Amino acid sequence: MPPRLRPAAVRIRYSAGMVDMPISELEWQALRVSCAVAWRSAVYSLPAAVAVAWVLTRRRFVGRFALDALIHLPLVLPPVLIGYGLLLLFGIHGPIGAWLHTHFDIRLVFTLQGAALASAVMTFPLLVRSIRIALEHVDQGLEEAARTLGAGAIDRFVTITLPLMSPGILAGTITAFVAALGEFGAIITFAGNVPGETQTLPLALYSALQRVDGDPLAARLALLSLSIGIAGLALAELANHSLRRLLGRPRSN
Amino acid sequence: MLHIRLTTQRGEFGLDVNFSAQSPGVIALFGRSGSGKTTLAQLITGLLAPDSGVIELDGARLYDSQRKLSVPTEERRIGYVFQDGRLFPHLTVRGNLLYGWKRRAPNAPPDAGLPEKLIHLLGLESLLERRPWQLSGGERQRVALGRALLAHPRLLLLDEPLAGLDQSRREEVLPYLERVRDEWRIPIIYVSHQFDEVLRLATHVVLMEQGRSVTSGDVFTVSRDPRLRAIVGTEALGAVVEGTLAEMADDSGLGVVRIGHGTLQLPTGQLRTGQRMRLQLLARDLILALEAPRGLSVRNRLSGTIIEMRPDDAHSLLVSVDVGGPVLVARVTTLSATEMGLREGLSLWVLVKSVTLRPFAHRGD
Repeated sequence: MPPRLRPAAVRIRYSAGMVDMPISELEWQALRVSCAVAWRSAVYSLPAAVAVAWVLTRRRFVGRFALDALIHLPLVLPPVLIGYGLLLLFGIHGPIGAWLHTHFDIRLVFTLQGAALASAVMTFPLLVRSIRIALEHVDQGLEEAARTLGAGAIDRFVTITLPLMSPGILAGTITAFVAALGEFGAIITFAGNVPGETQTLPLALYSALQRVDGDPLAARLALLSLSIGIAGLALAELANHSLRRLLGRPRSN
Repeated sequence: MLHIRLTTQRGEFGLDVNFSAQSPGVIALFGRSGSGKTTLAQLITGLLAPDSGVIELDGARLYDSQRKLSVPTEERRIGYVFQDGRLFPHLTVRGNLLYGWKRRAPNAPPDAGLPEKLIHLLGLESLLERRPWQLSGGERQRVALGRALLAHPRLLLLDEPLAGLDQSRREEVLPYLERVRDEWRIPIIYVSHQFDEVLRLATHVVLMEQGRSVTSGDVFTVSRDPRLRAIVGTEALGAVVEGTLAEMADDSGLGVVRIGHGTLQLPTGQLRTGQRMRLQLLARDLILALEAPRGLSVRNRLSGTIIEMRPDDAHSLLVSVDVGGPVLVARVTTLSATEMGLREGLSLWVLVKSVTLRPFAHRGD
């Protein structure tokens, strides 16, 4: 399928010759799918990441090390392996996948939701790590103060701990979102490479590279991914900084 | 009444305290840093758990190891003002103040105007929209005090609230502490290692040494306890007495202060006639005389009777003199004591260098 090149509202400049290149429909589609996958991935994994980060930071229990290792596995294992593991668990014949299919008529394999699940698992360690660092910096003396003022455990968490760690949560979410935009191996293994459904930016880039005439498209997709990545990291840093200032901590701290 | 009997062992450090004190009143936990004061404060609030003991306040048991009773911190309603204030950085001063107010006990007296009253009492009107980091150390502690009071505590626990402040900031906060003491009928535990704060605020003093409560009593009695010397140092040792401003001396600008059955003239500043005050008369500033002296500032003397003589160090004695109720302590060398023939029961004069005295208004009990 040759890409239909159509001028779009956004133009990006690339190459040494400063040639204006329009963004094609196919690139838009890949970007849209990437975003759809990424925000779902970030939003779905956020509550679990906060819970896991809290447990790992504040609780000492048997199996803590195992839990820590487990959530960090996606960082060290081949993404294809994670995708394969998801297939075994969430595939139509997998224990969880079959259950979801029978009771809720939900199918994850080869769907957008499946791609979101795959990238959620892949970006989970990033999110947990960022939230953990934020939580470690929350002064527990403030929680004690809230306690003496009559605040119970949940009350303290919602009114003191959560607001104080929000810069880390926001920065982590943005980082995880941007990382999810670029997730490849786990998605292609678990959710396939369906244009408009699970074909994210890197998958489109990969497909473009498979074609003889795909180089210009691949270059544009690469540039697009790069810009988004850099913008995302900058945004995460900016969000962290401005929120910390809003929380009343001098920047030096 | 407040009864506290607690023991705990935390690694090398053991804590063993036992005291009772009138409530309401200001109970000072006084001792050097490392004597276990803050640990005791945390045990009282329930932030730490003791090994055994009892905490009882006005008939309510907050902790009883035998009955396996331990009211959780958030239900204990002990207003804790931390040394570092611990204001919530993400809330404004108003938000900090109202945090406890929103969570006050259901049996709190229905007084919707209380926050406004307290904001006025602590002089916080102009700070309400500020963030904690925009406050000075003294302002921060005033906000922390207000926040704790608005939670409607049954006991206020001040853990060295002035320790992080320089002298002028301390002077800025102390009057507010006095106001709270006088206008809020609430028992207060005041943790400190500064004796001037204790003599200014406390009704009852518990002396802490290496995790143990070594003595406990009213501020006047404890101020004469020789064990205090280890904490305040030889130079700062001196009896605290209570006096009343009888009248202003004619033209000198000095006030005539009644102490026991005598009077002293001293600078009384803003105090009004009839007002009660506290004074500390340092042992090193007192001179003993067998006869009424002449040719000296003769009015600055009190007559009394020696009730106790204790060795202070190798060449000096601490002599306690009853001046008609209040008891003063003077340090004299062993040599002069022998030459003068000082003994218990002897009547004599105590000469006071009163320009060095600084009275603190105190309503008394």
